[in-house]
Amino acid sequence: MSVLILAEIDNGAIKKSSLEAIYYGSEVAKMKGTTATALVIGSASAGDLAAAGNFGAAKVLHANDARLAQGNIMAYADVLVSAIQHESSDVVVLAKSSLGDAVAARVSGKLKASIVSNVTELPDLSGGFKVKRSIYTGKAFAHVEMKGDCKILAIKKNAVLVSEGTATANVEVFSPALNDASFGVKVTGTHKASSSISLPEADLVVSAGRGLKGPENWGIVEDLANALGAATACSKPVSDLDWRPHHEHVGQTGIKVAPNLYIACGISGAIQHLAGVNSSKVIVVINKDPEAPFFKAADYGIVGDVFEVLPKLTKAIQALK
Amino acid sequence: MKILVCITNVPDTTAKISFTDGDTKFNKTGVTYICGPYDDYALSRAVELRDQLGGTVTVMNVGEADSEQVIRKCLAIGADDAIRVNCEPTDSYFVAEQIAVVAAQEKYDLILMGRESIDYNGGIVHGLVAQMLGIPSLSPVMKLEIDGNTAKMTREIEGGKEDIEASLPLVLGCQEPIAEWKIPNMRGIMTARTKPLRVLEPVGEGLTVTSKYELPAPKGACKMVSADEAEKLIDLLKNEAKVL
Ligand SMILES: Cc1cc2nc3c(=O)[nH]c(=O)nc-3n(C[C@H](O)[C@H](O)[C@H](O)COP(=O)(O)OP(=O)(O)OC[C@H]3O[C@@H](n4cnc5c(N)ncnc54)[C@H](O)[C@@H]3O)c2cc1C
Ligand SMILES: Nc1ncnc2c1ncn2[C@@H]1O[C@H](COP(=O)(O)O)[C@@H](O)[C@H]1O
Repeated sequence: MSVLILAEIDNGAIKKSSLEAIYYGSEVAKMKGTTATALVIGSASAGDLAAAGNFGAAKVLHANDARLAQGNIMAYADVLVSAIQHESSDVVVLAKSSLGDAVAARVSGKLKASIVSNVTELPDLSGGFKVKRSIYTGKAFAHVEMKGDCKILAIKKNAVLVSEGTATANVEVFSPALNDASFGVKVTGTHKASSSISLPEADLVVSAGRGLKGPENWGIVEDLANALGAATACSKPVSDLDWRPHHEHVGQTGIKVAPNLYIACGISGAIQHLAGVNSSKVIVVINKDPEAPFFKAADYGIVGDVFEVLPKLTKAIQALK
Repeated sequence: MKILVCITNVPDTTAKISFTDGDTKFNKTGVTYICGPYDDYALSRAVELRDQLGGTVTVMNVGEADSEQVIRKCLAIGADDAIRVNCEPTDSYFVAEQIAVVAAQEKYDLILMGRESIDYNGGIVHGLVAQMLGIPSLSPVMKLEIDGNTAKMTREIEGGKEDIEASLPLVLGCQEPIAEWKIPNMRGIMTARTKPLRVLEPVGEGLTVTSKYELPAPKGACKMVSADEAEKLIDLLKNEAKVL
């Protein structure tokens, strides 16, 4: 009856959001008096896999069939169902992501398992199984009772405060039979920005809007982001105008981020923009208009010209190092 | 080409969210409802594909009678007919089951949805429906072309995109720039009134129950730093907020 966590791989290592899910799962396991098992699909080094123990996994099931390399949703769902059966798990945890959500949905459909997405806290197990989830794009929360024999929780970033230990997980090779019919979807090309920090996973985000006037001015945004080790983001008009790629656009109709620090430069703070960033821990707003609505949602603010303020901030950060 | 578009009836993106009855009910007072923005992209692309390839577009909503205003707007934008399953759409599994029951009978070539609803933001219903029908699902799809029995798509992935090919039937969660949002014209609005809207009763039951709602704690006051001393902000972020 172990708690099972679906952990995703990026560049051969377990993703940060998945490590958080492993820790979350291990905390649920403790509440239930059982252990946590992480299912890792795809190629990763033995050392990286064993390190899942630092985040509370007692065991890692490693499924590394070459056919699983492309993130095929139906095949991943088959593997996850096999792992649930192998571990007789009644709770499955994963970090919200486009792959994870899709896999979890299919598994819910296969097993008639109740599923809740955007879970923001550890569950309440006193009388039933209750979770808190974010709804209305971060504008509210709901307390939801989950029924059924198996429960699937897709957790939001920062759903749990991770504290890393020093245990090692037992790694087992896991090779369930794969079904040819699950490989009908073909990926014919991938276009990925190579070195950039993944926006949904980032702890620090520097974001800019139409106040930057044009794509040629993004140097000052990137300089600040680089100095901080932050990911870059933008408002919707900026990606609509093709100043920045679409996958950088945050908000109601873009990526939802929940970093520790979100710095908004030359963004007015429309409600649809706020919807994507309102789960951030600390929000800084830099805008030349003191009446900009974003200041109402901010923790720190500077009324000023981004072209003067940003280079100053970059310099101050470089001076710290 | 037989296309089903699944749409949500949701509070406008600028709506102020609040609850009544001891935080157990959503407060609909003064809230304008719209078709989910992602569902709107799905509908717009569906209408374009139908105009290009022939066939029909059916819109479907799992929701109570007050959804019908939004359903009529979808008909005015160009859908041919509509189905509403008469119930409160509270649980992803339950919603998916209603859609899957209809889709299993009607055998659509393409089922288009939004990448996520803007009330529950699950990003879950497309995968569930696809599983219930035993066909693939993909999301978020930002480009879709149909070539015979093959769909050629571009999907957004973390930090980039990928090109994908798969055979129909498929379930897709859509997002921009798959199509331009369409606005109904006068003729559309007139004909929408007489297009068929079937109302069905739900089957099965949900696997989750929402007991209570809660609003986030209000933000404290914003601390202002003068632009002339911008470097002070870094000090505050490091030593006061402790985020650096
Ligand atoms: C259905 C729907 C969905 C939407 N979804 C999203 C979404 O997901 N994400 C999103 O971002 N938007 C979204 N929008 C758009 C949103 O309503 C706003 O239009 C958008 O966020 C504004 O972008 P902006 O702040 O960059 O530009 P503007 O509103 O033009 O603001 C620019 C700001 O920069 C400031 N500024 C100008 N020059 C300087 C300078 N030199 N120094 C400092 N400050 C300066 C100005 O004072 C102003 O506040 C959506 C809208 C709709 C209707
Ligand atoms: N009540 C509903 N009726 C019809 N379609 C729905 C409903 N709820 C969700 N959907 C579809 O499923 C997509 C994803 O929803 P969700 O999983 O709630 O984020 C939406 O964009 C819609 O296309």
